[in-house]
Amino acid sequence: MLDALQYEFMRYALVAAIFTGLAAPAIGTFLVQRRLALLGDGLGHVAITGVALGLLLHATPIYTAVLVATLGAVLIELLRMYGRTSADVALAMLFYGGLAGGVLLTNLAGESATSLNAYLFGAITTVSSGDLVLVGILGVVVIVLSLGLSPQLFAVCQDEEHAKVSGVPTRSYSILIAVLAAVTITVAMQTVGLLLVSALMVVPVAASQQLTRSFRATHLVAMAIGLFAAVGGLFTSYQTDTQPGPTIVMIALIVFAVASVAGAARRRTRSTRHRVDSV
Amino acid sequence: MTPPLHVRGLTVALDGRPVLRQVDLDVSAGEFVTLLGANGSGKSTLVRAAVGLVPFSAGTVELFGTPLDRFRDRQRLGYVPQRSRAVAGVPATMHEVVMSGRLARRRLVGWRSKDDLAAVEAAIARVGLSDRTRSAVSEMSGGQQQRALIARALAAGAELLIMDEPTAGVDHDNQESLAELLAGLVAEGTSILLVAHELGPLRPLIHRAVVLESGTVSYDGPVDAVRDPEHVHVHLHSGQPEKADGFRSNPVGGGQDA
Repeated sequence: MLDALQYEFMRYALVAAIFTGLAAPAIGTFLVQRRLALLGDGLGHVAITGVALGLLLHATPIYTAVLVATLGAVLIELLRMYGRTSADVALAMLFYGGLAGGVLLTNLAGESATSLNAYLFGAITTVSSGDLVLVGILGVVVIVLSLGLSPQLFAVCQDEEHAKVSGVPTRSYSILIAVLAAVTITVAMQTVGLLLVSALMVVPVAASQQLTRSFRATHLVAMAIGLFAAVGGLFTSYQTDTQPGPTIVMIALIVFAVASVAGAARRRTRSTRHRVDSV
Repeated sequence: MTPPLHVRGLTVALDGRPVLRQVDLDVSAGEFVTLLGANGSGKSTLVRAAVGLVPFSAGTVELFGTPLDRFRDRQRLGYVPQRSRAVAGVPATMHEVVMSGRLARRRLVGWRSKDDLAAVEAAIARVGLSDRTRSAVSEMSGGQQQRALIARALAAGAELLIMDEPTAGVDHDNQESLAELLAGLVAEGTSILLVAHELGPLRPLIHRAVVLESGTVSYDGPVDAVRDPEHVHVHLHSGQPEKADGFRSNPVGGGQDA
């Protein structure tokens, strides 16, 4: 496994995978808590337009992607707050608009949609040292804000109305959560790919909560599972010569399956004990 | 003394439909007021407008003598929503939920302090749930969830509790412990505005009842004059009361009225 690290691109990819694995569940936990698990998916689609814009303008796709995804995040939050559009319809718009816009702009750039493939499912060999610096900075921003503001973000996602009555600036924090999700997508773009990035925001959280009772434990265990899936998936994809994105997501899903069985077994033991106690 | 809640001429329209018209409502310091009315009479809208969750087109709301839009002492106001809001998409312990009540004191940033921990533990003890501190709220009974939400309001140091249907879907035993808790709070000087369909064991504690009908106040006076069959039982929520053994029943149907 370690011999893979003699290649520079694998070392780059490992660093990107570590940031992705930690950052995606760090912000994803709040999305799941607000029951907006699919927001990451919607923003991933918007980022496709961002990548295509980069191709069209001959700019670095990661920069245009972070820009467009962030704008999309702000837009969807404003729609949710002030518009008469429900969250799921607003999300559907993002899915369709993002994908259609992406392919359209790529065509206008004189390329076929297949040139988007590396961004849709991840391609570790495309990570350059310049990309890596940006991925590192953005990854640290997402992780630090998700953990550092967790009391406030927890309150907003647990009960937005109560937080608002308490004087917490819920609108600003809602936008912050969406923007951090958009930034995370760009961090994860080259490792997991835009179409699968949302899986790494949601699946580790779903796996984690099979085993936990508190929010804080769910948050931290989800980050550990995300890290394990991202790094494990990267090396597995190297061994099996598969694309890293799908490999990482499959590993996360396997962890979820194992956690579900373990969690169900534990709950059954507990309820049996409870029943015996109460007889 | 400045009343904790002072509402004058409140008018609210939702989606262009008038829901409240020229409503006046006062809660004095240490007073326990209940807001009664049929589904759709505007009870929930009134309390939601009073705490700033629903915009109003005319009228004034003053909290502790300060107009709502300039009211900053948020820790003095304890909003206790319907308990269906206790559970979100990720598990949380009761301690974590009650701790979020302390955010009225550190809204922008900041982690918990020793004071926060002490206040949370005191609030949990006050509602009689110290043995469930580390339990997931989703695994608690409806009555316990309701008390946890009250603890969240108390943790901040609320002087006025505004409670939206705390008795809905809660069995008689849990209503009795709720009554005991609220009686203690009122004795300590807490003011309470409580929206209800059924008063049950709370009835003897209540100082004044306000009845809403089609968005206007139709009665404001002693609770004894309010006929049970007319204003209470006929309009029971569709939600089933939870079982007496404390197991969680299905979330209460019906939701908020308009």
